[in-house]
Amino acid sequence: MDVLLFAFLVATAVWGVSRLRDLFAATMMLSLFSLLSAGLFMVMDAVDVAFTEASVGAGISTVLLLSTLSLTHRREKRRERRLDPAALVLVFAVGALLLWGSQDMPAYGDPQAPVHTYMVPRFLEQSGEEVGPPNIVTSVLASYRGYDTFGEATVVFTAAVGALLLLTGLRRRGEADSREPGGDEQGVRMRGNVILRVAIRPMIPFILMFALYVQFHGDYGPGGGFQAGVIFAAGVILAALIWGLHRVREVFTPRALELLIAGGILLYGSVGVVAMVRGGNFLDYDTLAHDPVHGQHLGILLVELGVGITVASVMIALFLLFAGRGRRSPSAVESG
Amino acid sequence: MGPGLYNYWMVIVLMMTGLYVVLARPNLVKKIMGVTIFQMSVIMLYITLGKVAGGTAPILIEGAEDVAYSNPVPHVLMLTAIVVGIATTALGLALAIRVYEEFGTLEDDEIRDAEIADAMAAEAGGAD
Repeated sequence: MDVLLFAFLVATAVWGVSRLRDLFAATMMLSLFSLLSAGLFMVMDAVDVAFTEASVGAGISTVLLLSTLSLTHRREKRRERRLDPAALVLVFAVGALLLWGSQDMPAYGDPQAPVHTYMVPRFLEQSGEEVGPPNIVTSVLASYRGYDTFGEATVVFTAAVGALLLLTGLRRRGEADSREPGGDEQGVRMRGNVILRVAIRPMIPFILMFALYVQFHGDYGPGGGFQAGVIFAAGVILAALIWGLHRVREVFTPRALELLIAGGILLYGSVGVVAMVRGGNFLDYDTLAHDPVHGQHLGILLVELGVGITVASVMIALFLLFAGRGRRSPSAVESG
Repeated sequence: MGPGLYNYWMVIVLMMTGLYVVLARPNLVKKIMGVTIFQMSVIMLYITLGKVAGGTAPILIEGAEDVAYSNPVPHVLMLTAIVVGIATTALGLALAIRVYEEFGTLEDDEIRDAEIADAMAAEAGGAD
């Protein structure tokens, strides 16, 4: 099983992404690569990771790459030399070193490996009573390692702020007029694809509902704020493809998105501060309710909600930003 | 050297593919794809470390005794890393779009040539 998956992974990576000159085809290969990786994670028991990878790698990342290609170039320039000898030598040297280093690694699946010691037995044995949720990944993510997740959510926030800054404003003077207005209507909306439109339309409410299920059922099964946010955004992106960007912008105005992106992080941080005010440590949910386990439940729910809100609004904002950007005037594009 | 290390080898092959794309392909979007492959290989490495032979997904089964669960910690770290990864990839793509709008190309050698030409033109202009 692993062998087959890895064979396909290497094929899509080596042939698809590194050799193909058509960037559109390479994007499709990368999407396939992500889907195969999700399968691999599933085989290795990482259901939450597989879930995330399937929605992020095969979904959002493909959409963003395609939007980028529509704004830039679809093909890589033809080169005389297709292989770079210096890079090849370096890559093989580093690869050989890593192979040598891998000799000392614990065998695959070894239960005695050092990674499974220290805190992990406690997570596996105590999290049911200490924190509550059957899904240990959720307990570790939102409670035991709550600081870490707060940091990660902040990185998502910061990266989104960076992208928003780069693609809104910061335009050379006098250049604003050279963009074709209403580029989104011609470029993005699937006018011709009747079958796709008819087939996708009834799916959208179910996708949004499923996102909410993943959000609030993440304590019990695979799922949580990160996955739910991405799935929700995928539903909204599909809606934008069918009804046009302007319809989605009516609901998710730039102002609302900015507030939501910051609001999710604020909710996460506030839970930590409230825990402090009530006499505990930062992000120590035990103090949030009369009973520690109830407190943990409430804390995890709110923190995951904060993550979900930020991730969903970041993904929607990025999509609207990339897809809604008008192309530069044709004369400027020709020169590439 | 046994079959127990197979996953590591495949991770190394993928990692080196990503590194090669970043080093050798001049197109900026291709470079970002290379970074993505590199990142995925790192994620596979962590998930490989977390697997316990005969184990199952780390979701507690009520009333069951003696169940071997795979290590949840790498899963936690990697699922957040994936979402952080897409956010930073988007930042990279936004930079690529800006570069394209400025230079009309995504090939790094052409961008360098354009910058040199710009600098020389500025110098010639300043000498007048």
